[in-house]
Amino acid sequence: MQRYCALNLGWHALRGNRHWQAAWRDATPKRSYDVVVIGGGGHGLATAYYLAKKHGIRDVAVLERSAIGLGNSGRNTQVVRSNYFYPASCAFYDHSLKLYEGLGHTLNFNVMLSQRGVINLAHSDHDMEIQRRWCNAIRMCGVDSEMLTREELQALAVPLNLDGRYPVLGGFIQRRAGICRHDAVVWAYARGASAQGVDIVQNCEVTAFEISGSRVRAVETSQGRIAADKVVMSVAGYSSEVARLAGLDLPITTMALQAMVTEPVKPVLNTMVISGLVHAYVSQSDRGEIVIGGGADAYNSYAQRGGLPQMRDVVRAVVELFPSFSRLKLMRQWAGRVDITPDTSPLMGLTPVENLFINCGWGTGGYKAIPGGGDTMAHTVATGKPHPLIEKFSLERFRTGALIDEGAAAGVAH
Amino acid sequence: MLRIACPYCGVRDEPEFIFGGPAHVTRPNAQVDDAAWTAYLFNRKNPAGTHLERWLHAYGCGRWFNVARDTRTHQILQTYVMGPPPPDPNDA
Repeated sequence: MQRYCALNLGWHALRGNRHWQAAWRDATPKRSYDVVVIGGGGHGLATAYYLAKKHGIRDVAVLERSAIGLGNSGRNTQVVRSNYFYPASCAFYDHSLKLYEGLGHTLNFNVMLSQRGVINLAHSDHDMEIQRRWCNAIRMCGVDSEMLTREELQALAVPLNLDGRYPVLGGFIQRRAGICRHDAVVWAYARGASAQGVDIVQNCEVTAFEISGSRVRAVETSQGRIAADKVVMSVAGYSSEVARLAGLDLPITTMALQAMVTEPVKPVLNTMVISGLVHAYVSQSDRGEIVIGGGADAYNSYAQRGGLPQMRDVVRAVVELFPSFSRLKLMRQWAGRVDITPDTSPLMGLTPVENLFINCGWGTGGYKAIPGGGDTMAHTVATGKPHPLIEKFSLERFRTGALIDEGAAAGVAH
Repeated sequence: MLRIACPYCGVRDEPEFIFGGPAHVTRPNAQVDDAAWTAYLFNRKNPAGTHLERWLHAYGCGRWFNVARDTRTHQILQTYVMGPPPPDPNDA
């Protein structure tokens, strides 16, 4: 792997930048692998990377139906945070955030992590009480979180209107949270995995599983049969369809989650603001665009396209919070297919089919979990036992009733 | 914006309606084992294709009805009243 450093930058600049190696190898698949990862998004690539790097399992293929990073990995709003209410979530997401904090060095790739803080707004006395409890729960898990007064809020988010239709009484912030360039994360993991010998195969759709004696043996793909000792599914919105090929029913609903950006303007917002009540969140990208997101569209969708009624709701909420943004034109709007579970917590680990592993159910928050998901899934695949951080996110929890209801904890209708 | 044909009121815009999840989910009897009960409570077909679902005409006649809709294109194939079994997909 060609290192990215000042010396190489200068050397290649002198030679007209014509001799850079490709960041990763676009492979054609072999007939068999130790591990096949289905899905070339952030989670799949990170799983392959950690399998090779930490567990020495290098005979790995990542099979991607189209091109890497074109799904949710490239369609999110780049938020990384770990301010979750329940201890299991807090521990998992903070592990992921810590990996993000070191990711640039680990992968020798500038992922542009900007820990600008994420603020949750409280609009009523009840909100304030719930957020104090939430904020304290996070601190009990050893994760940073602090309450903010109106004055502190205004200083951090200058264009925020505190006295709109839903007045802002206060809020809380996780200062280590922020945003991180999503395409860079996908490419950094692809480059890291490829350098360890992982085959990244694009335009390769899995069409069937070969299962005998309740154990997975191979996958049929659009590029032929590929034998595998172990198979990992990390296909987000398509989880139900791919799992059905292996005879599994999942508690997942696929919906469209949309986001949008305005035309670029000069720096006005140096933090990220979330309101659970009006259900919108806002940040400003490095290019100056105001990045806007909200809740998922109401109905099942595989269309990767958001509807106008939901878009109107989100924009209405944002211009109420930030009246000055009402003058901006929306430049782009897009949507991803999100895989939502009944308790809005992920679904990770073993399945009833031996040697078939699952990593899905990320719903509206999979991006922040990429390093953590990859690391813990690699451990789970390598050892055959769920990583301690993901034990509680098993498929089993729906039978036992040990749900981790983060949707309710966040006070947000997902 | 979906345009949904309420079987009682005719074609109206999406904001008049509320989505009510999958249709034709049958509650099993109380004697089933945990696996069957879990499947009933949580598992969903979630197809990439024709989805049979319930909608409520909340800001209209206030009545529930069923919709057959393609989740890949959002195209509404058919709307029909609640009660009868699901329509034959070939008729849609």
